[in-house]
Amino acid sequence: MGEFSKESCPSVKNILLLDSEGKRVAVKYFSDDWSSNASKLAFEKSVFTKTLKTNARSEAEITLFDGYIVVYKFVQDLHFFVTAGDDENELIIANVLQGFSDSVGLLLRGDVEKRTALENLDLILLCIDEIVDGGIILETDANTIAGKVATNAVDGSAPFSEQTISQALATAREHLARSLLK
Amino acid sequence: MAQPLVVKKDDDLDEEEYYSPFLGIEKGAVLQEARVFHDPQLDARRCCQVITKLLYLLNQGDTFTKVEATEVFFATTKLFQSKDAGLRRMVYLMIKELSPSADEVIIVTSSLMKDMNSKTDMYRANAIRVLCRIIDSTLLTQIERYLKQAIVDKNPVVASAALVSGIYLLQTSPEVVKRWSNEVQEAVQSRAALVQFHALALLHQIRQNDRLAVSKLVTSLTRGSVRSPLAQCLLIRYTSQVIRESSMNSQGGDRPFFDFLESCLRNKAEMVILEAARAITELNGVTSRELTPAITVLQLFLSSSKPVLRFAAVRTLNKVASTHPLAVTNCNIDMESLISDQNRSIATLAITTLLKTGNESSVDRLMKQMTNFMSDIADEFKIVVVEAIRSLCLKFPLKYRSLMNFLSNILREEGGFEYKKAIVDSIIILIRDIPDAKESGLFHLCEFIEDCEFTYMSTQILHFLGNEGPKTSDPSKYIRYIYNRVILENATVRASAVSTLAKFGALVDSLKPRIFVLLRRCLFDGDDEVRDRATLYLKLLGGEATVGETEKDVNEFLFGSFDIPLVNLETSLQNYEPSEAPFDISSVSLETKSQPLAEKKTTGKKPTGPASALSGPVPTVDASYEKLLSSIPEFAGFGKLFKSSAPVELTEAETEYSVNVVKHIYDGHVVLQYNCTNTIPEQLLEEVVVFVDASEADEFSEVATKSLRSLPYDSPGQTFVAFEKLEGVLATGKFSNILKFIVKEVDPSTGEADDDGVEDEYQLEDLEITSADYMLKVGVSNFRNAWESMDPESERVDEYGLGARESLAEAVSAVIGILGMQPCEGTDVVPSNSRSHTCLLSGVFIGNVKVLVRLSFGLSGPKEVAMKLAVRSDDPEISDKIHEIVANG
Repeated sequence: MGEFSKESCPSVKNILLLDSEGKRVAVKYFSDDWSSNASKLAFEKSVFTKTLKTNARSEAEITLFDGYIVVYKFVQDLHFFVTAGDDENELIIANVLQGFSDSVGLLLRGDVEKRTALENLDLILLCIDEIVDGGIILETDANTIAGKVATNAVDGSAPFSEQTISQALATAREHLARSLLK
Repeated sequence: MAQPLVVKKDDDLDEEEYYSPFLGIEKGAVLQEARVFHDPQLDARRCCQVITKLLYLLNQGDTFTKVEATEVFFATTKLFQSKDAGLRRMVYLMIKELSPSADEVIIVTSSLMKDMNSKTDMYRANAIRVLCRIIDSTLLTQIERYLKQAIVDKNPVVASAALVSGIYLLQTSPEVVKRWSNEVQEAVQSRAALVQFHALALLHQIRQNDRLAVSKLVTSLTRGSVRSPLAQCLLIRYTSQVIRESSMNSQGGDRPFFDFLESCLRNKAEMVILEAARAITELNGVTSRELTPAITVLQLFLSSSKPVLRFAAVRTLNKVASTHPLAVTNCNIDMESLISDQNRSIATLAITTLLKTGNESSVDRLMKQMTNFMSDIADEFKIVVVEAIRSLCLKFPLKYRSLMNFLSNILREEGGFEYKKAIVDSIIILIRDIPDAKESGLFHLCEFIEDCEFTYMSTQILHFLGNEGPKTSDPSKYIRYIYNRVILENATVRASAVSTLAKFGALVDSLKPRIFVLLRRCLFDGDDEVRDRATLYLKLLGGEATVGETEKDVNEFLFGSFDIPLVNLETSLQNYEPSEAPFDISSVSLETKSQPLAEKKTTGKKPTGPASALSGPVPTVDASYEKLLSSIPEFAGFGKLFKSSAPVELTEAETEYSVNVVKHIYDGHVVLQYNCTNTIPEQLLEEVVVFVDASEADEFSEVATKSLRSLPYDSPGQTFVAFEKLEGVLATGKFSNILKFIVKEVDPSTGEADDDGVEDEYQLEDLEITSADYMLKVGVSNFRNAWESMDPESERVDEYGLGARESLAEAVSAVIGILGMQPCEGTDVVPSNSRSHTCLLSGVFIGNVKVLVRLSFGLSGPKEVAMKLAVRSDDPEISDKIHEIVANG
């Protein structure tokens, strides 16, 4: 099915969220290109080291290696990556990355760092689940993604408990704005 | 917000030792914790935490044993009792991660089906996605009705979930998903952006084998009902596919749908603009008028503040520059400023684009900019730059001095094997193609091996030096470098250096006595191979050995290319039984066995350097065919199988019966092997045979048929028809084929066939045997050497007018197609805009006659192509025959 990938849907090979040492916070692979955990770790390591010295804080950055394009962005001590085949439209992939990092920002209410991410790992995993299904892009709008994930939190146990969704998103946006002004 | 923001930051917290909620987590303990799933009074919050921990473990690469996974799965299914929405979401996620086996799936099916019909949209959407991931096709038919409804659901999330699941299911149960066309078509008209995108993707995949349907789809949608940017991108992809397929049949006139692509360049969304611009640049035979608007928008992207946008633009322009350098020159100023881009990928692409578009006068300036640039990029980028410099040098041979200097400078700097190899390969190619560059190039290589840590590269250079060095004006100056290797290096390099010395000795008489002295010293080497080589060469050059009776033999032995594939030699040697008869090397087959397909990954990389001359598709005798045919008694007497063609399809894709044919060529026979597949589960075919009408192929007479006893559903079988033809005659012709069989109904539930069958037949497409079928594609590693080593007496030269052709490239590939030979050294690729081209071909003609062809093409009129054909072969008669083939073709 060599032709399949290009002629059909844009597809995402993986979504990675690593910490500032390159360790996994949450990852999801949608492709058989990496068959074992070892090959996944090797890929993460090389992506991490190749991008470490770049400045991907204000704007998303991009690199091409091993026949993949990787679009990435760093926020505090978190490194966001989205990988696709090298013939993919870079801007589509960049859109996925933006949806991912912004919705994480909303869900963590602007407090985007490893510690909060781990404390809310369930939200992060649900968030990835809402962005891509089996490589196909489901949704890239951060507000919609965060909204879909946050609907879970209606029973009073999860962090959004005391607020309505719109309030939560408003606070989150404010946090995000503040962190950008810093 | 004028008021200053005071951001409170707890400094103590930052300095505190890092705490992770998963610190010290351990699989066994978490599995124990999962027991809470069985509690009669479920604590939703606690359960959520446990699932998160389980998912964390899986995410970190931990695995569950079969037993553990089953246990967790069963426990998780209990959680459907809880009404907590958050917990339900985590349960869905957990089930997908566990990917349960078929018998386990049954347990959750009813719960998930209930959720699929729930009033809550979130439940419906997620239950669909989970269920479609885990069910098999029998269960699928049970829920099909709900999925069809979901596709047209009011809620976009539900519709998208069903559509995406459809794309996934299409691979496993295509016949079911194809029944949803109407609903999917309705969803394409949806207002919701993503529903439209998912529906379009699914609809296209359902119809992808039906060109007409895809073309209709594109025609109706390009009129403008697609709004979502992602769906627009899809539509652009499908449109260019339709353009590609339609331009194959029709020529001239306006390109269909080009207006649509051009209008997309004015879209609001950048991703759509990029997709359209890229689609235009990739059109077959794109004209500069068509390119201009696309280049203009890409040029704007070059100065964007977003790195991703700059990257996308420069990458596209870089590709365009390879085929249409003039179209990109307008962007040169923007490109030059990108050389200092923070993002090194962008900078590298900009540099290589400039190298492709640059003119002779800008070379020196570019080289200066590059020198600073090279030190701070990674090896893989450097390789790209080296390759670009190589092609620039071939384009402007007069500039070889500065380019060669640049290459030798970077050769001296630090770098890994691949990078160094790319440089060495480039220098070698430049030496071969630019005679003036030879002396300085060889000198740089000599300097490099003085301090080279890679054995492979040292031996490669020594070998090359041995072939080229003796032909220079002052061969003696290389001897020092070569002999230094004998003193300083490891055994492999030493042995190689000994061979090189011998080559100098053989060709340069004045050096012979000195070479003898050096070779004698090598007789005391510690390594067997080195000593053996030195002894052999001393005898050979001294004229004592039996192998080297004449000078010609010596040179043949030293410089002749070794054509026999090592694998074949190895097998032959293993099969050789010690006896009176000596091993005869000429009995070893010259045919290269088809290589196992290289891993998927390599497709992204282009082969580099001289090695690429060896690669390329090599369809040859497959050992499995040989074995299959020789096991059939009717064909056993046909002798040695010369060639088996690639399978030729005789039916359209997705028809009731799928048949392809492989042509097996023998000296005096041709066997047609029909591979048949029955794609109807309700049928069993018996006594399958192909009736061949050879009335348009009168040089062939049918001698044997082997029918296929039975052909059940989906298990391919073969039937054969054999023909006789005169040996040495290049028989060609057209065969029409009819598949004949007895068809029996099969009860799908029991799999039993009726006793009574009905005779039936099925028309297949025609098949041709052409002269190319008598030619094996066999490459040679060095065409010039191979050409010169063949008898000039066998050469036949003639000129042909090929008439009006669409392009030079088209004429070249047509002639290659007629001859069926292997293009060498990448000469099958014609640079665009060139007015002339030389193409080198090699092959083995039936009767094991080696053939080399040199084709020179030139454009005489606006589209008139003229060709000069020179052939050399082992047999002058075959040379004539090649001309006959071309004259008739």
